[in-house]
Amino acid sequence: MTPLFEARGVTKRFGGLTAVNQVDFTVSEGIASIIGPNGAGKTTLFNVFTGLYPPDAGTVTFRGRSLVGLRPDQITALGICRTFQNIRLFRNMTAIENVLVGMHARLPLRLADALTRGPRFRQVERAAWARAGQLLQRVGLRDVANDVARNLPYGDQRRLEIARALASEPTLLLLDEPTAGMTATEAAALMALLRSLVSDLGLAILLIEHNMRVVMGVSDRVTVLDHGEKIAEGRPQDVQANPRVIEAYLGRASWDRARRAVALD
Amino acid sequence: MDFELLLAIFPIVLLDGLILGFMYALIALGYTMVYGVLEFINFAHSEIFIVGAFVGVEILLGLRNQGLLDAIPWPLLLLLILAAGMLVSACLAVAVERVAYRPLRGAPRLIPLISAIGVSFFLQDLIRLIESVWRNAFNLVYPTVDALNQRFEITATLDVSVKALVVIVAALGMLWVLQVLVNRTKVGTAIRAVAEDQAAASLMGINVNRIISLTFFIGGAMGGAAGVLFGVQYGLINPYTGFIPGLKAFTAAVLGGIGNIPGAMVGGLVLGLLEAFAASYMSLLTGGAFGAEYKDIFAFSVLILILIFRPKGLLGEVVRERA
Amino acid sequence: MILQAAAAVVLLAVSGLAVATFPRSILAFLLFQAAILVAYLARIPGWLKGTLLGIALLAMMPIIGAYNGYYLEVATQVGIFVALALGLNIVVGLAGLLDLGYVAFFAVGAYAWAIFGSPHANEIFGGGFPLPGSAFYLFLVVGLLVGAVTGVLLGLPVLRLRGDYLAIVTLGFGEVIRVLANNLDKPLNITNGPKGITPIARPPAPFGLPHYEYFYFLVLAIVLVVILVNRRLEDSHIGRAWEAIREDEVAAQAMGVPLVRMKLLAFACGASFAGVMGVVFSSKQIFINPESFTFLESIGVLAMVILGGMGSIPGAVLGATVVTILNLQVLKGLSLWLNELKNAGVTVFGYSLANLPTQLEPAKYERMIFGVILVLMMIFRPQGILPVRRRQRELAEPRPAAPAAARIEEPAS
Repeated sequence: MTPLFEARGVTKRFGGLTAVNQVDFTVSEGIASIIGPNGAGKTTLFNVFTGLYPPDAGTVTFRGRSLVGLRPDQITALGICRTFQNIRLFRNMTAIENVLVGMHARLPLRLADALTRGPRFRQVERAAWARAGQLLQRVGLRDVANDVARNLPYGDQRRLEIARALASEPTLLLLDEPTAGMTATEAAALMALLRSLVSDLGLAILLIEHNMRVVMGVSDRVTVLDHGEKIAEGRPQDVQANPRVIEAYLGRASWDRARRAVALD
Repeated sequence: MDFELLLAIFPIVLLDGLILGFMYALIALGYTMVYGVLEFINFAHSEIFIVGAFVGVEILLGLRNQGLLDAIPWPLLLLLILAAGMLVSACLAVAVERVAYRPLRGAPRLIPLISAIGVSFFLQDLIRLIESVWRNAFNLVYPTVDALNQRFEITATLDVSVKALVVIVAALGMLWVLQVLVNRTKVGTAIRAVAEDQAAASLMGINVNRIISLTFFIGGAMGGAAGVLFGVQYGLINPYTGFIPGLKAFTAAVLGGIGNIPGAMVGGLVLGLLEAFAASYMSLLTGGAFGAEYKDIFAFSVLILILIFRPKGLLGEVVRERA
Repeated sequence: MILQAAAAVVLLAVSGLAVATFPRSILAFLLFQAAILVAYLARIPGWLKGTLLGIALLAMMPIIGAYNGYYLEVATQVGIFVALALGLNIVVGLAGLLDLGYVAFFAVGAYAWAIFGSPHANEIFGGGFPLPGSAFYLFLVVGLLVGAVTGVLLGLPVLRLRGDYLAIVTLGFGEVIRVLANNLDKPLNITNGPKGITPIARPPAPFGLPHYEYFYFLVLAIVLVVILVNRRLEDSHIGRAWEAIREDEVAAQAMGVPLVRMKLLAFACGASFAGVMGVVFSSKQIFINPESFTFLESIGVLAMVILGGMGSIPGAVLGATVVTILNLQVLKGLSLWLNELKNAGVTVFGYSLANLPTQLEPAKYERMIFGVILVLMMIFRPQGILPVRRRQRELAEPRPAAPAAARIEEPAS
């Protein structure tokens, strides 16, 4: 069965720096996580997947269709949407307006419709506003729908970004450090939300995360990047015990010291 | 097409282009230095430039009224108006930064730009106001200094005036001094550090505000010098004369690579030469259909083309692009 | 609210009376215009606002015009600039694209009608011109299309540029149009260069109205349409897409907003308003030349948008009104007043005003006004006098039975 999303041999260089080097990656269903120390190339990989940068080498396909060379808005229209590591909301627009923008690709409206305000326009808009309300409800932000985004507390802003990404009716959702800065309770709530998105909406989710509890608790599969290369992949518990992974996070010397201290082989 | 004519005027056009180019280079320095440090287009620089010209003309007119104009040897005269023009322009630039740009330092990029446009317009009419009250006239003519208008013969068909030589020499001199300042002195290093990363520079103990003021001071001084030289070379100025050369000098800065000081020189020269050739040859080549009046469009077209096809400029952009 | 309603009504009545009694008094007319603004901005029910504005604009103003034609001229100019400000508001305020060459679209529309609505076109085509005055109405549409096309053409190369570079390039384009207007008189005489084009035909005025009254109503009608179009665009997926682009272009694109298409649309829409008004302008003035379409005009319109509030429709209306009145009435009035004082030999602190330099004319200091507006607004109130108020929407009742796992809060609403 062809995987939903497949990247083969993706490479991205910035001048002399190779940020991502020959990375293979597939997602079919459920939740996959990408972890790795800072600078490992995780966000760059996301940026290549979503069309922000073209890859220097490799292929990226979604449902069998190549994404290389497509613009980000075209990729979104195909069914992939993302959130950003540093929250990139439309700060001076309200929460619900943010979500409505996310729907842009799905609204079958044209300039003429907006100008004439015919019955079709009103119907589509009404449905859009209703759906936006539901999305906010799903992430628990319905009460702040009319609040301007920049006034929302941090955790709410992160959830708003997810609601906005959901608005484009994606099949694959890419979340870049969604729990960064969240408290343990908020993170646990987010985990529940992610699981519900998979079970209710049939989404596949790809996660970049640093919070190991979230990664371990929610992922079906974990991939580890270090210095732009994939160094491990598998079930969460397998990856966790992988010595190369531990070394990547702690560094060789620390790993040696730790082993000696615990008298491992 | 008369090839002989085209060839005959070539050296003259070349010289015109060089003079124009050096002038653009001097003005461009002001734009490029400020952009390098703040990533901000100092739109008001065109007025800082023309203020220098006004300072020069006021001094000269004042001296002429006293009958002293011929008494002072021309190199001294030139030095006097250059120094005065540079000083006033530099101080004006620092004042403008303090009043109109510093309060906006954190704001999204367009806000200070709009403020700069406002300052530019304000200064234009302020000069007009001052001159109207002081002299009841604001279209001013530089008094002729005979010594400066003397012409040297280089070849049978080419001669150059002393004042043109002065422009070239002064520009070269100032560019050299600037290069030394920016690359060989501690202050220059500080400027380059602030241009790279303001936060890091301030953590290293550099007083960022003072360095920014200094950058405006230097850029303003260059602009003021260019203004004096412009007045000396072309003779006629009014408060609105700064606008077009300012725009073209900005084009030159972008052409050379904004933020890059040698780039400003290269860009200025290239643009000056291109414009001189366009002005002179376009009319001949098109049989009079499109003449020198289109030279302004020429410069703007260069700007548009550069920004579309090679925004880094000829020598590459020094400013970091935010991903 | 009652207070505001009473204030509006009283102000309108009083100022109207004042103008009728003192037709030459600039202050009285300023009061009247202020009264209209108060009625426009007051928080009063729609029907009252509509009625008051209707009476003021449709009845009182034309009658004032009968007393003093100049006032109607001012009102018409205000209307023209309101439309221009609303157009630029789309580009700068909604989409966040700093266009410093907006006057180019105005010029293109103006020259379009000027060429074909005057004998000048005979120089190009040999004969058959000018078109009859009634072709003016067709040319309103032509102006719109020409403006839109020019907007797209100018927009295409500049869309990928960063904000400040975009600004400079649009400035360059504006200058290019001006130089072209000044110089396209050879080899083919398209624009007649600095001499300008005249006489430009006017549409025949219905009901035998004098032309200046007719143009006032025409401009008023167009302005109402422009306001309506603006409001519809703003409160639609298009307006939201524009605002998203302004807020964060990268994120907007990632959310599925096609950047190039939306930016071009913004340019085209904004430019089309200017194009239409250009046709009206040239017809009203009968004579145009490149001097009316300079960088000063572009910045003037920008100052209007910024003063009023970027992205805000009432803001643009307010800004255009205030700035136009400042230039046309206040500055001019100052000039006239100063002259009167000079002629009367008035002295201030022992200094006779007759000794003031003759070159000192307040009416010429528009740039200073624009400059001060821009700088002060950016430093003290960048959102404008009437900032955009985010629309507060009532949400429909939520659908019941969202799966339990999705609820993060306690079962709410």
